[in-house]
Amino acid sequence: MPVRVETYAGLDEAAGALAANSAARFFAGGTLLMRAINEANPSFDTLIRATDPALKEIRLEGDAIVVGAACTMNEIMAHRELAFLAPVARGIGGPAVRSAATIGGNLFAWSPFGEMTTALLALGATIRFAGHGGQVAIDEFLSNRDRYRGQIVRSVSVPRISDPSAFRFLKVTRVKPKGAALISIAVRIGRPGSGETRIAFNNMNPVPTRALAAEQALQGGSLDEASVSRAASLATDGMNPPTDALASDWYRREVAPVHLKRVLLGRT
Amino acid sequence: MAKKPVQFRLNGDEKAAFVDDGQNLLDVLRRGVGDLTPKYGCGQGTCGTCTVLIDGEPRLSCLTLAETVDGHAVTTVAGLADGATLHPLQDAFMCHFAAQCGYCTPGMLIAAKALLDRNPRPTREDVVEAISGNICRCTGYEAIINAILDAANAASGSSYARG
Repeated sequence: MPVRVETYAGLDEAAGALAANSAARFFAGGTLLMRAINEANPSFDTLIRATDPALKEIRLEGDAIVVGAACTMNEIMAHRELAFLAPVARGIGGPAVRSAATIGGNLFAWSPFGEMTTALLALGATIRFAGHGGQVAIDEFLSNRDRYRGQIVRSVSVPRISDPSAFRFLKVTRVKPKGAALISIAVRIGRPGSGETRIAFNNMNPVPTRALAAEQALQGGSLDEASVSRAASLATDGMNPPTDALASDWYRREVAPVHLKRVLLGRT
Repeated sequence: MAKKPVQFRLNGDEKAAFVDDGQNLLDVLRRGVGDLTPKYGCGQGTCGTCTVLIDGEPRLSCLTLAETVDGHAVTTVAGLADGATLHPLQDAFMCHFAAQCGYCTPGMLIAAKALLDRNPRPTREDVVEAISGNICRCTGYEAIINAILDAANAASGSSYARG
């Protein structure tokens, strides 16, 4: 399949070119799009690139860390302020994949991929777009992800986590140390008595999804055995897991509560 | 469709090629400039046999858009040996019989070089992690892991650094 590649120095120009062509895709690290080209995927005919350095910046902004969309998993692992995301990044592919895979690209990854996006959903990140695209909460982005394919993600704003125990992540695989995830779970623990606990699953729905019923069961409470068991029993509410080469939907429904309970009790 | 000129440094030598839009680096290396050492395995970023170094970073050449290496340095396994003298990793792979069919070997060697360049004294766990993106269907990995650890142990910093 012939593919046309257009490279722009500025993000706004690139955003304009992408918006004008529904058969174009924005090219960042290439781990998904080059794979599609190698498989002669006919769903796009143009790649839009941008060399704008804004895509590579990582900076603090109030209580958040703004991560440029083209920052790779290796760059996230190397950044001190993003140490809480390092275990997530380290779980994505081997070292050669992590040199190329970007945080922006991961937002569009399809099942069984998308661990970083799952973590960002649990953290309550905000997605900022280039041009006049504005910004949206990741919850809104994921619920209408296809609608955003015509826009360029400029950066992801991630809440800072000062207490490492407030964020937990587990990727469940059959092949160690690396393998595609059966499921992955990310949890941001709220402050006892007041904070909101957010729980996100990957590979339990077509896109990363919050376990809202389980979250509700934990609101305002401590993570004792009884409340965690109650939350785990609600983990699969609203989930419609896929059956694929890795696992059946039945298996995913069976193991998701078990792994969630272990994550919440710190027994992984 | 117009071709684009690309210049890059391959194993220390300047190379120039005209690449197609969307062409991957592996294709340019093998068909464009005649370096047949990186292999085409899966084309999906899963097997690692096409691994090369770009400016010292391990990358999958099958997933690298060729035009993005313009002005950069690419290292393949063909660049490891110093003339007739094998790189310590290549020596160790031979000593440990760490290759059978050999198809994964170029990617394994490059993944190992990327590790030892960054961490000359790796633990076994470090080695396992470093080759976790590379699939071998023959050796079961143990011989490969032992070879990499042996190369790290045998070659003190200065002798390893010649690669």
